[in-house]
Amino acid sequence: MIQCKTSKAIGGMGHSLKRKEDARFIQGKGNYVDDVKLPGMLYMDIVRSPYAYAKIKNINIEEAMKVPGVVAVVSGRDLEKYNLHWMPTLMSDTQMVLPTDTVMYQSQEVAAVIATTKYAARDGREAVIVEYEPMKPVIDPFKSLDPSAPVLRSDKEGKTDNHIWNWKAGDKEKTDTLFETADVVVKEQMHIPRIHVASIETCGCVADYDKVNNHLTMYMTTQAPHAIRTVIALVAGHVGLTEEKVRVIAPDIGGGFGGKVPVYPGYVIAIAVSFLVGKPVKWIEDRSENLQADSFARDYHITAEMAGTKDGKILGTRFKILADHGYTDASANPSKFPTGMFSIATGSYDYGTTYMECDAVYTNKPPGGVAYRCSFRVTEAVHAIERITDRFAFEVGKDPADLRMQNFIKKEDFPWKSPTGWIYDSGDYHAGLQKAMDALNYNDLRREQAEKRAKGELMGIGISTFTEIVGAGPSKDFDILGIKMFDSAEIRVHPTGKAIARFGTKSQGQGHETTYAQIIAEELGIPAENIAIEEGDTDTAPYGLGTYASRSTPTAGAAAAIAARKLRDKARKIAAYLLEVSEDDLEWEPGKFFVKGAPEKSKTIQELVFAAYTNHPQGMEAGFEATHYYDPPNLTFPSGAYICVVDIDRETCEIKVRRFVAIDDCGNIINPMIVQGQVHGGLTQGIAPAMYEELIYDEAGNILNGTFMDYLVPTAVESPNWETGHTVTPSPHHPIGAKGVGESPTVGAPPAIANAIVDALSPFGITHLDIPITPFKIFKALKEKGVF
Amino acid sequence: MIAQSFQYESPGTLAEAIALLNEHGDEAKVLSGGHSLIPMMKLRFASPGYLIDINNIPGLSDIKEEAGVVRIGALVRESQLEHSDLLAKHFPIFKDVTKLIADPQVRNMGTLGGNLAHGDAANDHPAVMIALGASVVITNAEGEREVPIDEFFYGFYMTAIQQGEILTEIRIPVPASGTGNAYHKLERKVGDYATAGVAVQITVGEDGIVTSAGIGLTNLNPVPLRASRSEEALIGKPLSDETIALAAQFASEDCSPNSDLRGSEEYKRHLTSVLVKRMIAKAVERING
Repeated sequence: MIQCKTSKAIGGMGHSLKRKEDARFIQGKGNYVDDVKLPGMLYMDIVRSPYAYAKIKNINIEEAMKVPGVVAVVSGRDLEKYNLHWMPTLMSDTQMVLPTDTVMYQSQEVAAVIATTKYAARDGREAVIVEYEPMKPVIDPFKSLDPSAPVLRSDKEGKTDNHIWNWKAGDKEKTDTLFETADVVVKEQMHIPRIHVASIETCGCVADYDKVNNHLTMYMTTQAPHAIRTVIALVAGHVGLTEEKVRVIAPDIGGGFGGKVPVYPGYVIAIAVSFLVGKPVKWIEDRSENLQADSFARDYHITAEMAGTKDGKILGTRFKILADHGYTDASANPSKFPTGMFSIATGSYDYGTTYMECDAVYTNKPPGGVAYRCSFRVTEAVHAIERITDRFAFEVGKDPADLRMQNFIKKEDFPWKSPTGWIYDSGDYHAGLQKAMDALNYNDLRREQAEKRAKGELMGIGISTFTEIVGAGPSKDFDILGIKMFDSAEIRVHPTGKAIARFGTKSQGQGHETTYAQIIAEELGIPAENIAIEEGDTDTAPYGLGTYASRSTPTAGAAAAIAARKLRDKARKIAAYLLEVSEDDLEWEPGKFFVKGAPEKSKTIQELVFAAYTNHPQGMEAGFEATHYYDPPNLTFPSGAYICVVDIDRETCEIKVRRFVAIDDCGNIINPMIVQGQVHGGLTQGIAPAMYEELIYDEAGNILNGTFMDYLVPTAVESPNWETGHTVTPSPHHPIGAKGVGESPTVGAPPAIANAIVDALSPFGITHLDIPITPFKIFKALKEKGVF
Repeated sequence: MIAQSFQYESPGTLAEAIALLNEHGDEAKVLSGGHSLIPMMKLRFASPGYLIDINNIPGLSDIKEEAGVVRIGALVRESQLEHSDLLAKHFPIFKDVTKLIADPQVRNMGTLGGNLAHGDAANDHPAVMIALGASVVITNAEGEREVPIDEFFYGFYMTAIQQGEILTEIRIPVPASGTGNAYHKLERKVGDYATAGVAVQITVGEDGIVTSAGIGLTNLNPVPLRASRSEEALIGKPLSDETIALAAQFASEDCSPNSDLRGSEEYKRHLTSVLVKRMIAKAVERING
């Protein structure tokens, strides 16, 4: 049970408050970007390339311009006149806004049609005739470095191959020596598939340029409005749009998951067109465009190795990665971390030796990869370590639960320095796994499995005991395009004791309007229901880097607590003044200060706030406002122990997830109901790549599953009954001991499922299958083993 | 996902609808539930100039039994099939199949007539109709004609329905006592087309001899397929593991599935065999149940 310090009326941390934002969402009264309608607004639709790699010979707009309602067709040549045809990516690579000569991936933007209605814009799009000269594309990343492969980024001076960068971590020599001498070495080649966030709301914007005042208001689906404003100013400053003339408003967002961090060409084209015609321009992607063209996630090919002793002690790991970034490196990582936080791949285990290396390559596929509900490549890292750990357990003949218990970092060893240099803040991995095992009577299940195996039935049990790394991040290491990854909160309490607080983050469904209010309620004793939360308008909110990578609670949540504490200090001064005692004689309980030993002499927070406006001490600044920019001293390290039980139909190879127990440790919990909701959603997005989702391309670079008919997003029907629980190990360095939870389940679930399926198939000598593991894939694997 | 512009017509009688179809010829498409046609229009795979909406025509939405025949109007929704007591009595197979079609919202709109008239071997009802030995009533300006289901499907999106004609009713003979039926498809996720689907209706006499058998296959052939050799393997023989295995083997040999994202040809043939066995078992269980 979670202990609450505040009453239910105040609704501080630990209360399962209903989400404040849901009143409008469940009544259909949310305000999304497509709800923005401005006078004279034009609509934009985008012509896209049917080829993965082709020269543009000609763009004929004659017929399109005849379509009633079409006012303009814009090509790369038009943007080139204003030097707006290229833009930087968040990883300091470059990306076409619209091509002038060559298309680099299927569904790439080729031209934009502007019309008075969205229907006319779509008809106009169909009428644009583009002549292409197709070229042989580079699709397979393993062939991208062949000397015979065409150099895709010939736009870059001196570029002679398709290599982007090389990254290394750990100690190569020590690791290689260990692997030469270790008793047991296991190795698997695994692919973490290219997937898509597929949020319910696609991307879009309304760019509203006001010619008279030379001012741009940009309504857009962005998880990081402040950073976007800065990027717009950097890209368009040369045409007069300097930062004070740009206002970015992110209204309600229907899911982001990392896919709404990047700047897509459509946003820039809309701005350019609005700037040129002086009218607001709306661009909303349709479902297929979103799936086919917007940044993908994952797509890491990993060779994972583990070395250890015959009795199951892990001694070291080695990871070699090939990262397929598509046409440009459009990842959304902190700038100094090209592989994000992949170096957390040493996992939850106590050993000292690792070496990791990654080469990134260009191919003729859409650019990426974004951190899909994942703190920058942690999903890839966790899959690699949790799969190879199971593989090691299988090799030495140990139960994977026992082997994990044997190798876990011990509770008393935190803070613990990982072989790649991270300082894990806290954790109790043994307790988490034990709780998960108890929840489903693990030993009984193993007995049942043995009986079933004897009868030829396929049942598997899979474990994932992962360590996350979130809350980026400390300014000494973490920045995006040079901007440090702090985040902010500003609290204004009105004379009557009600408050508004604004943040540099941006909720996309996480429930910030509720949880931030609860943090402030916890610290100030003002009821959460009396605290309005606002985010997403760069004219009013304090600067921050936005919401992704489970960073909002670790950064902005901390800022809220500290800003509230500044206000509590002020309230204490006012209370001392009003009660005519010294500050030291006062004691705080949520909602009021009282005189030690004389609790009847007290002042409520509401009385103290009122006094700040009506009767404040001489010499004190009037008002009751505080702002804090929080620069975290360290990252936070949530963890989890997940166990999955599957049954596989031996004839049809269908997979049924019978049980799934998820024990999460995200430190102190702000709102248990919201955490549970986050975990349910995240687990469903974890089963997705494990069993259903993958963007598939043929040799010509055509996407084979570019609609939801074939890109299989799981629904409630596919979702098992999630059994959730938690252990609580507070973060010692975070002001409220919280760690962030949004992404843990997405990160932790896929290897639990994969491990369960491989466990079920292990009697046939199957040691690994790449996700997504489908019935067809199992059929092929069993067929290879001579079963059919 | 925006369709090209089109003219919408909503006639109140069958005669008016047929007149409109004759007037606009190839340019016109009939709209019933719209769950095949409208997605195709949104993707601009289909761009009819005229949509003739038949939803306001009375008399096409009933399920009734007359003289040993169950008559189902072309506009009967999937959800009506799913919840009909009359159908449940003779044909538990309708509950099997409708529950596997898309989701409740789609089933509230999608119609049996539309599912068949679309002429897509990936749809589920064609196989069921083959198993049940149904026939289809087609109406034109001259009157109506009844087409056995085996003569209805011509090819990919092609059926016996000609220009100026509307599918108006489906007729299914009420089976003899001792009959059971069942349908199942394997799908990658809910709402997907079948990786493989099998419909079975089987009648077993009191002596244990199979007197009739109907087996239809979903998405395993360019046109909806009757597994004739499988039926023949069962009829006139007592049900045994051997005859069932033979029926399963014939079905897996006689279908002609494509390798695609759902699986290889080999996997689909394998599933066909498994499903034929399972659906025969389930249909027989229902006779005895």
